[in-house]
Amino acid sequence: MTWTWLIGAVLFLVLAPIAGGLIAGIDRRITARMQGRVGPPLLQPFYDVGKLFEKESVVVTTAQNFYVLAYLIFIALSGALFFAGGDLLLIIFAFTLAHVFLVLGAYAAHSPYSHIGAERELIQLMAYEPMIILAAVGFYMVTNSFYVAEIAVSAIPAILYLPGVFLGFVTILTIKLRKSPFDISTSHHAHQEIVKGITTEFSGSTLAQVEIAHWYENVFLLGFVYLFFAWNPVVGIIAVVITYLAEIFVDNVTARVRWQAALKSGWLAAVLGIVNLAILAYILAYMMTGGA
Amino acid sequence: MQTLLFLILFPILVACLLLFVKRTTLRYAVVALSALVIGGASIYLLMRYAFEGAVYFAAPSEAASLAMVAIEMGLALFIIYMGAKFRNYLAIVLAVIQAALVVYLEATFSENLHAVNNLFIDQFSIIMGLIIGIIGSLIAVYAVRYMETYHHHHPEVRDRQKMFFFVIFIFLAAMFGLVFSNNLMWVFFFWEITTITSFLLIGYSETEEATKNAFLALVMNLLGGVAFVAALIFLAATEATSGGIDLARVLASGDAAVILIPAVLIGFAGITKAALMPFSSWLLGAMVAPTPVSALLHSSTMVKAGVYILVRFSPVFAGTFAGFSIGLVGAVTFVVASAIAISQSNAKLVLAYSTIANLGLIAACAGVGTYMLVWAAILLIIFHAVAKSLLFLGTGAIEHRIGSRDIEDMEGLIVRMPRMAVMMFIGIAGMFLAPFGMLISKWAAIEAFVQVQAPFGLVFIALLAYGSAITVFFWAKWMGKLIAITRNQEKVEKGFFEEPWAPLYIITGLVVAAVLLFPVISSTLIEPYVLAIYGVTARLAEANVAIMLLMMALLLILPVSFLLFRRSAKRLPAYMGGRTATPDLHFAGSLGLTREAQTRNYYLTEYFGEAKLFLPGAVICTVLILVSWALAGVAL
Repeated sequence: MTWTWLIGAVLFLVLAPIAGGLIAGIDRRITARMQGRVGPPLLQPFYDVGKLFEKESVVVTTAQNFYVLAYLIFIALSGALFFAGGDLLLIIFAFTLAHVFLVLGAYAAHSPYSHIGAERELIQLMAYEPMIILAAVGFYMVTNSFYVAEIAVSAIPAILYLPGVFLGFVTILTIKLRKSPFDISTSHHAHQEIVKGITTEFSGSTLAQVEIAHWYENVFLLGFVYLFFAWNPVVGIIAVVITYLAEIFVDNVTARVRWQAALKSGWLAAVLGIVNLAILAYILAYMMTGGA
Repeated sequence: MQTLLFLILFPILVACLLLFVKRTTLRYAVVALSALVIGGASIYLLMRYAFEGAVYFAAPSEAASLAMVAIEMGLALFIIYMGAKFRNYLAIVLAVIQAALVVYLEATFSENLHAVNNLFIDQFSIIMGLIIGIIGSLIAVYAVRYMETYHHHHPEVRDRQKMFFFVIFIFLAAMFGLVFSNNLMWVFFFWEITTITSFLLIGYSETEEATKNAFLALVMNLLGGVAFVAALIFLAATEATSGGIDLARVLASGDAAVILIPAVLIGFAGITKAALMPFSSWLLGAMVAPTPVSALLHSSTMVKAGVYILVRFSPVFAGTFAGFSIGLVGAVTFVVASAIAISQSNAKLVLAYSTIANLGLIAACAGVGTYMLVWAAILLIIFHAVAKSLLFLGTGAIEHRIGSRDIEDMEGLIVRMPRMAVMMFIGIAGMFLAPFGMLISKWAAIEAFVQVQAPFGLVFIALLAYGSAITVFFWAKWMGKLIAITRNQEKVEKGFFEEPWAPLYIITGLVVAAVLLFPVISSTLIEPYVLAIYGVTARLAEANVAIMLLMMALLLILPVSFLLFRRSAKRLPAYMGGRTATPDLHFAGSLGLTREAQTRNYYLTEYFGEAKLFLPGAVICTVLILVSWALAGVAL
């Protein structure tokens, strides 16, 4: 039993907010360039969050702060478990728990806009969860383990076996990164059809916590993407960068869809994953019987 | 053996005693005291036999068996009488067929109808015994006060409480008999008793609807009963190779192909009793009964008997195509019932559909039947029993206070009935969130299905992945309703503590305890059982258990942060698109009118409605059941 897993967890807890904030900064600049603007300074997300912490504490109900804190803690925990090399299924369930807390925070506020946001967030959850579970199963079928530590050091190029799973995962990644066309429960552009959806009633330091949780979450998700390419770290990092750039691109060229379309997209992505896994199962069975 | 006989016979004694008790206070005393005795005896059973593995007892057989056949015939006459009275001829036909088959069995194979040991106990039976003994009797205690209030609210219903409590204790006795019997004739006898008792309980209010639904339950369960006798005849006829009616010998039988047919028939009986699709409608119809009956049927009796028998026979199903087919009935039921639950706003119906879904999941595990899946199935049975009983009893208490069981009406319950809302919250969390119970089992099931032979395991995983996502939706939106902080609402919990709600507190404690102690439950009861049956056993990795306990600890500490926020913040009304608003969701509309904003959950009826999903689900499951019979026949 080594203590390396603890290092991974601690590094994630300390570095992920910094990395996440930087990614958000880069994201905003690239988005601005795509739209023919200059864009804010790289460190703007940090200034924003800093400013939120200085704001007066205003709530609809104090209970909402509790749920948002729980959301932040469990998002950080699931990411930490991921970088500690833990069991993917357990991580996914901790991740779901975290989001349920965010949803509950919106419900607790008992406000029309946040209520609709909460419902939409739940629909999103329902849309992406099958695919994320199937991705974990896919990794198991390729590497024979649910443990991130073992998947990450596997010499097998998982992406070659799991292209459909990867495509499906990238689809739901759009939901998770809260990017267009699937940013139906909240988005980074204020005052749209449902105001700020699930985060409508959060302000000041509570909203800052949501923001930081989102940074943690994004780093965790990019780590998930990396697993598909983990057999070669260089390829892995390039793939993560390209994937994220593609997400920014999609964000900028699509318009928001209705929840029906978001749900169908998520579930169809999962079908893609299932088809991939079914084919993989036959290939693996074929290889095991020695091609006979 | 005395404890086993005591657990079967003592509730019968209490039942008879309750026939003569009229006053509620006295009835409460009798029921509470017997609950204490029964619960105590089942805990004694745990301490006495937990570490002994399977122990068999040669209980007296001749006289008992004769009495059982006599009672079975009496019950058949009773069904015929009731069927004639209410013009339900299908029930009569089924009862006659079943009685005829029993007579044929007794007459033709009388020499093959002896088991060496009639009673037995092993870890799985201990778990079932604890569920029946503790949860079942707590529900009985709760029912005393509930029924008093029930008659207060429903003056039109004839007061038959003496009969009601008589039946409830007979039900408990039958359940004990069912899980302790090693003689399949005995299992069948107790099986039929549960059919009759649930028939009587569902029809309690004697309204047209209640009678109709009671007969629906009766007919479907009789269908299972007929299959059960058919299995017994088959076993008796092939005594030499199948092991006859001795459960232990059947399960250990070398000739897997021969016992697969009776196993599939008994599995079919289990499917009807566990209300899997297409038989789910009887359990939904059973909702007309008073809430404690629903709690009893859903958590500790009836449907648990169905999954008990499926899990018992899962070593026979393991690795066979017939078993896969039965497992698929469960998996499809899981997804379809969960999806329909999304479209329901009646709390009891949501609970009912989620029960059906969870029983489906258990059946999926039992049908595929690898050692890890059996482990997961038993864990599911435990967690489902504690969480679901809490939710039903809670819903009943809420309904008596706020006069509705609609989830929309439970909005802001945390303000109106804070303690009750917290208990419901814990119960719901137990149904779908990590690190609570059901989720552990779901997770274990996914891990186990991955290891099932590739293309088949994948089908189950796909169904599980969708089903699990769906469950998150309908539970979380209910939770959200409960915890919405509504303004200007009065507390209606007052009076809550004047009544003895102890069962609710105890069961809430059990839900939390089950989560904290599940590694202990697993290592002392489930793992040894699985090891004894399969020679290998499953368990969660220690690191994961540690992480889950850490998560649990976090969840317990986090509420302290409430104190942190209490002093700080300034309160503002909710955002209403810039309108002047008040904290209780009123806003200044046009023309100087004040309007109220209302929030309602999504039910997505268009996509997940009963009308849309039930028929396809039922058709698929019917086909799968027929396929399982065909496959069992082919194997022979």
